[in-house]
Amino acid sequence: MAGIFETTRSGLSRPGPAVPGSPAPEKKKRGGWGWRGTPYVFLAAPLVLLFLFTYYPVLNMFWYSLTSWDGLDKTKEFVGLDNYVSVFTRPDIFKVFFVSLFYLGGSVVQMALALYFATVLSFSTRFKSFFKGIIFFPYMINGVAIALIFVYFFQPGGTLDSLLEQFGGGGLIQQWLGNPDVINVSLAGTSVWRYMGLNFVLFLGAIQSIPGQLYEAAEIDGANRWQQFRFIIAPGIKPIIGLSFILAISGSLAVFEIPFIMTGGANGSETFVIKTVKMAFTHNKVGLASAMAVVLLGIVLIMTWIQRKVVPDEKVNLT
Amino acid sequence: MFRPARRTRLLTVAAVASLISLTTACAGGGDATPADTASSPGGSAAAAAPSGDITVLTWRTDLVTDGTFDKYKAAFEAKYPEVKVSFEGITDYEGEVKTRMNTTDYGDVLAIVNTITPAQMPDFFEPLGDATEMQKTYRFLTPKIFEGKVYGIPVVGNTQGIVYNKKVWAAAGITAVPTTSEEFLKDLKAIKDKDSSVVPLYTNYKDGWPLTQWESHRGEISADPEFASKLGQDDAPWAAGTDHFVIDSLLYDAVNQKLTEADPTTTNWEESKNLIATGKVSAMTLGSWAIAQMQKAATDAGNPATDIGYMPFPHQTDGKFYATVGGDYAQAINVNSKHKEAARAWIDWFNTESGFADAQGGLSPLIDSKAPSTLADFETLGVQYVLQTPAPAGKESLVNDIDKQAEIGLFAPEYRQRLVDSARGASSETKQQIFDDLNAKWAAARATVAAG
Repeated sequence: MAGIFETTRSGLSRPGPAVPGSPAPEKKKRGGWGWRGTPYVFLAAPLVLLFLFTYYPVLNMFWYSLTSWDGLDKTKEFVGLDNYVSVFTRPDIFKVFFVSLFYLGGSVVQMALALYFATVLSFSTRFKSFFKGIIFFPYMINGVAIALIFVYFFQPGGTLDSLLEQFGGGGLIQQWLGNPDVINVSLAGTSVWRYMGLNFVLFLGAIQSIPGQLYEAAEIDGANRWQQFRFIIAPGIKPIIGLSFILAISGSLAVFEIPFIMTGGANGSETFVIKTVKMAFTHNKVGLASAMAVVLLGIVLIMTWIQRKVVPDEKVNLT
Repeated sequence: MFRPARRTRLLTVAAVASLISLTTACAGGGDATPADTASSPGGSAAAAAPSGDITVLTWRTDLVTDGTFDKYKAAFEAKYPEVKVSFEGITDYEGEVKTRMNTTDYGDVLAIVNTITPAQMPDFFEPLGDATEMQKTYRFLTPKIFEGKVYGIPVVGNTQGIVYNKKVWAAAGITAVPTTSEEFLKDLKAIKDKDSSVVPLYTNYKDGWPLTQWESHRGEISADPEFASKLGQDDAPWAAGTDHFVIDSLLYDAVNQKLTEADPTTTNWEESKNLIATGKVSAMTLGSWAIAQMQKAATDAGNPATDIGYMPFPHQTDGKFYATVGGDYAQAINVNSKHKEAARAWIDWFNTESGFADAQGGLSPLIDSKAPSTLADFETLGVQYVLQTPAPAGKESLVNDIDKQAEIGLFAPEYRQRLVDSARGASSETKQQIFDDLNAKWAAARATVAAG
C-alpha cells in the first residue's frame, strides 16, 4: 500500500522528462499516475464481488455437474456427461416440469390482474394511494411468513373454509392442500397473491411515464377508457409486458419457496427446484443436482431467447 | 434459498438417532495413548493437563440460549482451568456443518453429521480409540466405528416406541398394550369410536421428519441385531413379513382406515405436542427423546406428566417386545483441531460427568448406568433392547450406498409420505405397487453398488 502512494507522490513531484516517452506534462497535472488506474480500482470492488459470488460458484457448479460428488467427500470423481444423460433420460426428473404449468397459468392471471389494477389506479381514483399500498403490500412480506399464513388459511376449518361457510359456499369446502387435484391450484393462487404487487408496480410505473397530454387528446377525440387502454397504455408499456412474460416463464420453471415451505413438495406439489434440492441434500447426489441446475439454467436461457425472437424489443413511439 | 430446507432437516436430524453405519480409520496411532487414558471415567488426572481454547459446535441452540451450556462450561473449566470452552449453536446443524466440513474450520468438538458415510469419517475426525477397548465403557458406539476405531461417542442414547396419552386410551376401555398390528389398529378404532374428535394416530406428515421415526423400528420385528447389515444383502426388503413390510403396513393401514388426521398436509409438529398433551391426539410414533418434551407439554397444559405413556412397537417375538436402541448425535474431534487433548477432555467430561443424558431423560452412553425414569413403562413391560451390531469390515457403507443409489431415502420422509398419500386415496398407487417399486429400486441399486 505504502509503495503505491510513494509511486504516486514521486510521479507528481517529478514532472516531464523524468519518464521518457510519457505524454505531455499537463496530463500529469490532472492526477499523475492514479489517473489511469483509479476507475479500475473502483470497478474492481464490484467485479471481484460479482466474480466471487456469482461466476465462480456457477463455474464450480458446472464442474460438480461432471462429477459424482456427494457434497462432502474429499475426492470428486469425474463421470463425464453421465449426470446429464440421467437428467434427460429419467422420466421422474422431467415429469415435475408439469407442475410448473400451474404456476405459468397462475402468472397469466397475475399479470392480467396487475394490469387491470395498474390501469384503474393510474386514472384518478378515490383512495388511490391506499389501494396501491394494499396491492403492493404482500410482496414486501417475507416468503416464509406468507407460506405459514397460507398453511393456516388452507387447513381444514381454517380461514378459507370459514369464509366460504359465511358466504354460503360451504359445498365448495375441500382439503385445499390434501387433495392432489387442487393442491397446485392452491399453491399457484398463493404465488399470485404474493407476486402480483411486483407486476403491479412495474406496470404502474410504466403507465405513469406516458405523457398526460395523450389522454387529454384522446378524451377530446371522444375515446373511452377501454380505447385509451387499448391504443395508448397497452402499446406504451409493451416492453414491460414483454419483460414480465420472461420473468413469469422463468419464475414458473423455478418455483421453490412457497411450495417448499408449505408442503415440502409432498402430495404431487414437487417442482423442479425442489427435486434438485432433495437430490442434493436428501439423496446426497450433488453432482446430479448440479446437472439439473445447469439444465434449468439452459432451459430458462432458451425460453428467453425464443421470447426475444417472437416479441422483438422495439422502441415505443407514441407520438 | 436453502434455508427453509435446512431448517426442516435440522429438526429431522436433531431427532433421529443416526443409524448410519461405521467407518474406518487409517490415521491416529499417535493419539491412542491419551485416548485410552482419558476414556476411563474420571481418569483424566493421569493425563497431562490439557490446555487451549476449544469451540464446541452444537445443534442444541435451545441449551445455548437458556444458559444450560454455561453451567457445563463453568463446571468443566473448574476442572480444567487451562481450557477455555466456547459454544457455537447452529440452528441448521446438518446443512451448515456439512458445508463447513469442506473447509478446515468446523470447530474442535462437533457432532458427526448424519450424511457422512463411515468410510469418510477418517478424513474429517480424529479417532478416539480402539473399538474393543472403548466398548468396555461406552455403548451405542457401533455406527461410529470404522475399521476398529471409534470416531464419535453419542451424547445420549434413544430407544424407539409410540408416545400415547394414557388417559385417552384408558377412556376407550383399553387396558393392555397392543401386541400386534391388528390389535393396535383395533385400539385406535376404539378410541375413535369413543370420541370422534380425537385423532387416534398423528402422522406429522407435513413436517416430514417425524415420519422418519418409523424407520428406526427396523430390526424390532425380526428382533435381529444383524438386521441393518442384512439389509445390504437383501433384494426385497419390502417382501411380505419383513420388518419394513410390517412397519410400513401399519402406517398404511392406520391411514387407510382413517385413524389418522383428516388432512395430513397441514399438520404441525409444535402444535402436535400440545394436542397429545390435551388428549386431542392419542398416539404418535417417536423416539424416546420425545417423552420428556411431551411430558413437559402435558404439565404446561395443566395435566399430570403421567398422562404421557410410552409403548413399544406393537409386535412381539416369542412373547416379548423388542425395541431398537441407538445413539443420538455423537461428539467427535475435528481432525484439524489444534487442541485435540482439550477437545478430548471435553468429550470425556461431557459423557461421564456432565449429567447431560440424565437431564435429557435419555439413556446414558455409559454401559454401567441406570435406565432413565422416562422409560419406566418399558421396564414394566419387560421390553428387550436390540442394538444393531457393526456391519462386517468393508461393508460399513453398503446400506447407505444402496439407499443413496436407489434414491429411496430410508431416513427421509418422502417415501412414507408417498405411502400416506396412497393410503388416503390421494394417489392411484396401491400399497403393493409401492412395495414392489421400492423392492425393484433397492435390488437395482444393490446390483449397481455391487458392480461399481
